[in-house]
Amino acid sequence: MNLTLKIWRQKGPQDKGRMVEYKVTDISEHMSFLEMMDVLNESLVAKDEEPIAFDHDCREGICGMCSLQINGEAHGPDRGITTCQLHMRMFKDGDTIYIEPFRANAFPVIKDLVVDRMAFERIQQAGGYISVNTSGNTQDANSIPISKHNADLSMDAASCIGCGACVASCKNSSAMLFVAAKVSQFALLPQGKVEAKERVKNMVFQMDLEGFGNCTNTGACEIECPKGISIENIARLNREYLAATI
Amino acid sequence: MTTLNSRIPEGPIKDKWTLYKDKINLVNPANKRNIDIIVIGTGLAGGSAAATLAELGYSVKAFAYQDSPRRAHSIAAQGGINASKNYMGDGDSNYRLFYDTVKGGDYRSREANVYRLAEVSGNIIDQCVAQGVPFARDYGGLLDNRSFGGVLVSRTFYAKGQTGQQLLLGAYSAMNRQIARGKIEMFNRHEMLDVVKIDGKARGIIARDLITGEIERHSAHAVVIATGGYGNVYFLSTNAMGSNATAAWKIHKKGAFFANPCFTQIHPTCIPRSGDYQSKLTLMSESLRNDGRIWVPAKIEDAQAIQQKKLKPLQIAEENRDYFLERRYPAFGNLVPRDVASRAAKERCDAGFGVNATGEAVYLDFAAAIKRYGTEQAKIHGINNASAEKITELGAAVIEEKYGNLFQMYEKIIDENPYKTPMMIYPATHYTMGGVWVDYNLMTTVPGLYCIGEANFSDHGANRLGASALMQGLADGYFVLPYTIGDYLADDIRTGKIKTDSPEFDEAEKSVKDQLNFFINNKGTHTVDYYHKKLGLVMWNKVGMARNEKGLKEAIVEIQEIRDDFWKNVKVPGSLNEFNQELEKAGRVADFLELGELFAKDALEREESCGGHFREEHVTEDGEAKRDDVNFAHVSVWEYTGKPSEAILHKEQLEFKDIELKTRSYK
Repeated sequence: MNLTLKIWRQKGPQDKGRMVEYKVTDISEHMSFLEMMDVLNESLVAKDEEPIAFDHDCREGICGMCSLQINGEAHGPDRGITTCQLHMRMFKDGDTIYIEPFRANAFPVIKDLVVDRMAFERIQQAGGYISVNTSGNTQDANSIPISKHNADLSMDAASCIGCGACVASCKNSSAMLFVAAKVSQFALLPQGKVEAKERVKNMVFQMDLEGFGNCTNTGACEIECPKGISIENIARLNREYLAATI
Repeated sequence: MTTLNSRIPEGPIKDKWTLYKDKINLVNPANKRNIDIIVIGTGLAGGSAAATLAELGYSVKAFAYQDSPRRAHSIAAQGGINASKNYMGDGDSNYRLFYDTVKGGDYRSREANVYRLAEVSGNIIDQCVAQGVPFARDYGGLLDNRSFGGVLVSRTFYAKGQTGQQLLLGAYSAMNRQIARGKIEMFNRHEMLDVVKIDGKARGIIARDLITGEIERHSAHAVVIATGGYGNVYFLSTNAMGSNATAAWKIHKKGAFFANPCFTQIHPTCIPRSGDYQSKLTLMSESLRNDGRIWVPAKIEDAQAIQQKKLKPLQIAEENRDYFLERRYPAFGNLVPRDVASRAAKERCDAGFGVNATGEAVYLDFAAAIKRYGTEQAKIHGINNASAEKITELGAAVIEEKYGNLFQMYEKIIDENPYKTPMMIYPATHYTMGGVWVDYNLMTTVPGLYCIGEANFSDHGANRLGASALMQGLADGYFVLPYTIGDYLADDIRTGKIKTDSPEFDEAEKSVKDQLNFFINNKGTHTVDYYHKKLGLVMWNKVGMARNEKGLKEAIVEIQEIRDDFWKNVKVPGSLNEFNQELEKAGRVADFLELGELFAKDALEREESCGGHFREEHVTEDGEAKRDDVNFAHVSVWEYTGKPSEAILHKEQLEFKDIELKTRSYK
């Protein structure tokens, strides 16, 4: 298929940035979206033009490195996947595709489609852990039974890949789903309850400091989340926060 | 000349590690804070090491090329992690895990290291549960286990099909705690481009800030390399796009010997390739072989009809299917080790029985498992005379719970529903057992330079068993290196801060800058990927699943030619002092072009078949790998002397005192 691409180009954080049009031809429907971008970049280098910078690594939907706002949607039109898992069969010959970076004040653009997600790192550093040393001298792994129900819910929350699609999809650029996922994972496990109050307060404090917006329950984050993290986790985050602060 | 000393402690194998730890030198807590350690790579090995070293009190600097430690490729490990907990009561023990690993590695690993690995495996699970890793549990609230290839017990702990993710996030959370305390200084989007040696010891690194392009000097009393394997030498592999061998290769060029480069694992269950544009291959977890049955049509005319899309797999009657693993290996069936399963699939496809248009695919079929689970569920739910549809529905729900994310991944890539029609799979490069040579302390042949996780060579011999990579990464990082590094650093408590304004740093920085400048100024004709793909093709065709003398000799010449052409005609756009992904790739491919040649040379020298290394000249009458223990029961350890072709071979003889060397049979 032949496609018209309108891609955000930005030299660096100081540059204003602009949409630039490119044409690609003979794209196979079996290609992944990023393979299509590879084809474009190879042709740009061949023409002595600068290739388009975009983040990617594992290309199997788990590292969370890839981003991209495609036709206005985080990770593009398909559901339950990241951009690297998006395939060209979702598009048709002659389409025009708009490709932009994840947009949020807390995610400044580094170059072209690459954004800085260090705000997420700092939130995790504020409390996204259980304070046990890694000496291995803990109790036997089976000494505390955990109900399968809670273990499964904890796992669902823990499957967050930290890509930032929730923030990019939210009209308020809220990071609530991201924070809720980590808070929930630990809140659902006995091991995490010990310092649950401090954790939720510290992570929310850092989230606010980073300039993310508030949650107004529109639910776009849940729909665009490549791992299907449920918005129920945000309700749990709110309960945990309330319980910790009163 | 350096001589190899593996520093294996004396004593019976069961007591070696304990006795050794009792006598090892320690660093007093007050002195630890004055000692700097650099950790390169933040996957399971590097992340767990950085966190633990920081907890012990050392000042740690950690480096990752991604924007967060959480993105290291350990995250993509799916199936699970082994531990000899014997929670299932099926006869597991440290000895059995040790035995399975040595046998699975086709008797080419170091006994003492493997026993230690088995010994600390249970601790890993305890540690991870305490950290909040949500492992799968059964209805009684206790941890669940599943079975993996090459063993007869269930010892694999898992978190859905995302075990690597959860374990890495555990190590990442431990790192975050130390980053917040200032004990780890984290350098994201930084790449190590060389190691700096002073008076023969590793004392620092040269790194590039990948955002600004700035070249930085970092000093330390010890340097730990935890940068994973070199599978991307094949261009197409299940590794991440950025996975590279640069740190490992740069230290090799500075004196760290490189062991068994030809021991590479081709994983049997990956999604087949579809076209020339393909950028990577995707693994389907080995855990699927618990429930999936592998087959091809028994009749060649059926296979051809399927290749031409005239027949569908469901139209092939049961009696016309060849479940070739069950046929050839009745004892282990679909759960034979990876090297055996891969070769068996290749054998059928080479004979013309492949099941996609390229003829390079076999089926992985879940119909029998869906029926079995469905029947069981119907009984549990008290549904009498359940219809076939109901049984399929109930069975598919069980399969979804176990492997849902893998099935979804498959469907997104291939556009077929694997609940309804068998998956198509084919082997692909996945893991490298070879790597930087280390002694029992995990130290390389350069004092103060350590190598852990997949980047080293030690534990998996010629073939790694499933769910053992995660075990080794975390064992090295949490429980081995933090002890052994103290033994070396105990001599460094009076050294003080290492200065970065020395001639050694000047020289290392200059050579890094010279190479980067060359790339930018060369203005050649071909892109970096052009060369990487050419190299990958030679590696796959001549140094892949089956190798022979003629092909290997050709490969060596061809790789040299590609490398010469690369250094003349490579084209890298952009400039030095900016975010430049093509420039990053150029340095990595330059190193693969040298490593690939050593890889082929090692494969040529090893005149036997063992594990993942299959030489067509060395097979038994029934087509199995034929090992030569008289001449090759050693680790091939290569010393760099200026060119891969002139590398000097050293041998570490392997002694098997606790396991009898015998022919590996899974029949």
